[in-house]
Amino acid sequence: MSILTFKGGVHPYDGKELSKEEPIVEYNPQGEIAIAVSQHIGAPAKPLVSKGDSVKVGQKIAEAAGFISANVHSSVSGTVKAIEPRLMANGGKADCIIIENDNNYEEIEYSKPKPLEELTPDEIRDLVKEAGVVGMGGACFPTNVKLSPKNQDDIDYIIVNGAECEPYLTSDYRRMIEQPEILIEGLKVVLKIFPKAKGVIGIEDNKPEAIKKLKKLVNNEERIEVKQLYTKYPQGAERMLIYAITGRRINSSMLPADVGCVVDNVDTLFAIRDAVIEGKPLINRVVTVTGDAITSPKNFLVRIGTNQRELIEAAGGFKAEPEKVISGGPMMGIAMSNLDVPVLKGSSALLCMEHDVVSSVEETNCINCGRCVSVCPGHILPSRLADLSLRGDMEQFEKMNGLECCECGCCSYICPAKRNLTQAIKSMRKQVLASKKKK
Amino acid sequence: MNEMLNVSSNPHVRDKGTTSGIMRDVLIALLPATVVGVCVFGIRALVLILVTVASAVATEAIYEKLMHKKITVGDLSAAVTGLLLALNLPVSLPVWMAVLGAVFAVLVVKQLFGGLGQNFMNPALAGRCFLLISFGTAMTKFTFDGVTTATPLAQLKAGGDVNVLKMFLGNTAGTIGETSALALLVGAIYLLAKKIISLRIPVAYIGTFAIFIILYALGTGRGFDLNFLAAHLCGGGLMLGAWYMATDYVTSPITPKGQIVFGICLGLLTGIFRTCGSSAEGVSYAIIFCNLLVPLIEKITLPKAFGREAKAK
Repeated sequence: MSILTFKGGVHPYDGKELSKEEPIVEYNPQGEIAIAVSQHIGAPAKPLVSKGDSVKVGQKIAEAAGFISANVHSSVSGTVKAIEPRLMANGGKADCIIIENDNNYEEIEYSKPKPLEELTPDEIRDLVKEAGVVGMGGACFPTNVKLSPKNQDDIDYIIVNGAECEPYLTSDYRRMIEQPEILIEGLKVVLKIFPKAKGVIGIEDNKPEAIKKLKKLVNNEERIEVKQLYTKYPQGAERMLIYAITGRRINSSMLPADVGCVVDNVDTLFAIRDAVIEGKPLINRVVTVTGDAITSPKNFLVRIGTNQRELIEAAGGFKAEPEKVISGGPMMGIAMSNLDVPVLKGSSALLCMEHDVVSSVEETNCINCGRCVSVCPGHILPSRLADLSLRGDMEQFEKMNGLECCECGCCSYICPAKRNLTQAIKSMRKQVLASKKKK
Repeated sequence: MNEMLNVSSNPHVRDKGTTSGIMRDVLIALLPATVVGVCVFGIRALVLILVTVASAVATEAIYEKLMHKKITVGDLSAAVTGLLLALNLPVSLPVWMAVLGAVFAVLVVKQLFGGLGQNFMNPALAGRCFLLISFGTAMTKFTFDGVTTATPLAQLKAGGDVNVLKMFLGNTAGTIGETSALALLVGAIYLLAKKIISLRIPVAYIGTFAIFIILYALGTGRGFDLNFLAAHLCGGGLMLGAWYMATDYVTSPITPKGQIVFGICLGLLTGIFRTCGSSAEGVSYAIIFCNLLVPLIEKITLPKAFGREAKAK
């Protein structure tokens, strides 16, 4: 069988053995819940409740404010205490609906949708939209928008991103081996929208158990196939995944739909399935709590809005004082300055590291070794772009394809001179994109 | 717990490879050639090597100390420069000249342009060429077995015959480190296995040069002469230059295609220098000349970004 991959990439220590054998356990929050109204790319949702209102599990508490926006639902039952800005994992502040949890978890009555066979594509999209589903791999793009490409008839691939190439993360893996049939149901929902498309589940070959289970399930499915991907970071980056599976290439200014693909993450498909089959909104997700500073690493099914500090306690607390805590994985995750931040729809992991390598190494001169060039999946020249960034040369930066950077971090990872290449390129990209917007 | 968490941009992990680790591997790879050099040329070769390396390292340390910069001799790059320079010197060279060459290489070529990574020419080769121009006689006086003798390539150029097997093993006249193609290839295999260098530059260089020599032999009525080709490949520092100095990261293109173009330019120039020039060799001049072409080569060999190769469907 062929193993599919891309050119470039790195092989960091994967740390998955810490948590891959830990079954998903449900975690119910102890304290108040802070549900951000902006957990997605696009306009923040508009709150529908106000202070003092009582809410139930699954109740819509904020409404999408625009085409690219998403509904937000309560994950607990209780009373709205306040609507105020709270600190997020990325260090910024965002408006949150603060709910005092009454610990009864009283649910609203979900109206069960028609059977899948009877739903039209538009009805499916509406259900997904109503449920507030966004891409849960981290980008948080509203899923209903993704499912409505202009060239709907050209879509011939629905790709499930089961690569989980970020080190330490095991949430998708647990989902795939514990409830593979639910994942397939989710995929079938999406395939219903695109009658010409074939479903491909791409999984890295370091997850043989998941590959085996899913292959068995799709044995008799004509429209679904499981493909084994070579284990290499960033195999799960959208562009690399599409290339590995279809051989098609997209650049930074294209959408997967431009080459006939729709890509969805594992957790997202679970949410799509719940939305369309059960009529339930997105109110929880799986979060891997791991790292060498954590006593007993775990995979939790967490209610959106739960304080992340509680998750650390639930995983036995710290066994060593961490130097760094990351929301997400070590390659693309965000270093947190404060643990009292809520879980968002895109929070895949909480990684606690006893030692922070980055602060212990010293940046030295570039020796032009070209390692950054050979690992860059975007086929650009990271060391040159970083120099241009430090010099502030926006024009040349763009000419040298600086905007094609996907910020995967491979260049900084591999650099023997320990230069912070990704950081330099990222900040310049931001500036260039901002100046383009102004024009 | 006081919870002082470190915050920095992604990624939060780093590979174990370091600059000093790379330099250390280059030193290890040069060890076989160094040992053969000392065996062939005797204890004076060892003295010359040690003095040259020490001068290179000391120059860097003293300059950085005087300039109140961070002392960076720990990255071993100055040691590599010193060793490469020493391997490019004839064993009979007066010690003070070797010291001068090392000072020139590290101080003028490397440090004055900003230190590691900033030089536009290979420091060791620039040091060698500086000595060649300044002290032509001493730099081209080769002794072997205590007798002053011409290098195999010079003999070849004068119309004589050479023993290719001796050239391959290193039992012949030349600079300290260039004579044994075998020892240099052993080190090159180490560098390839450790992924310190890729095949692009050396293969493009040696391949182009070989084709050039074959055509030259055919064109000058020698016919297809394998012995002549082998002598050219083993002699005159080609192996040392192609595997260890043309591959110097700082002074070679960073683009993969550019590295091949760079190798081809080197092969052509070395061929021209050796066949048309007055000297029998040409590797050093070819490399430092092509070092100057690197920015231009990079400019025309920029890789196509992923997804920008062709128009999408």
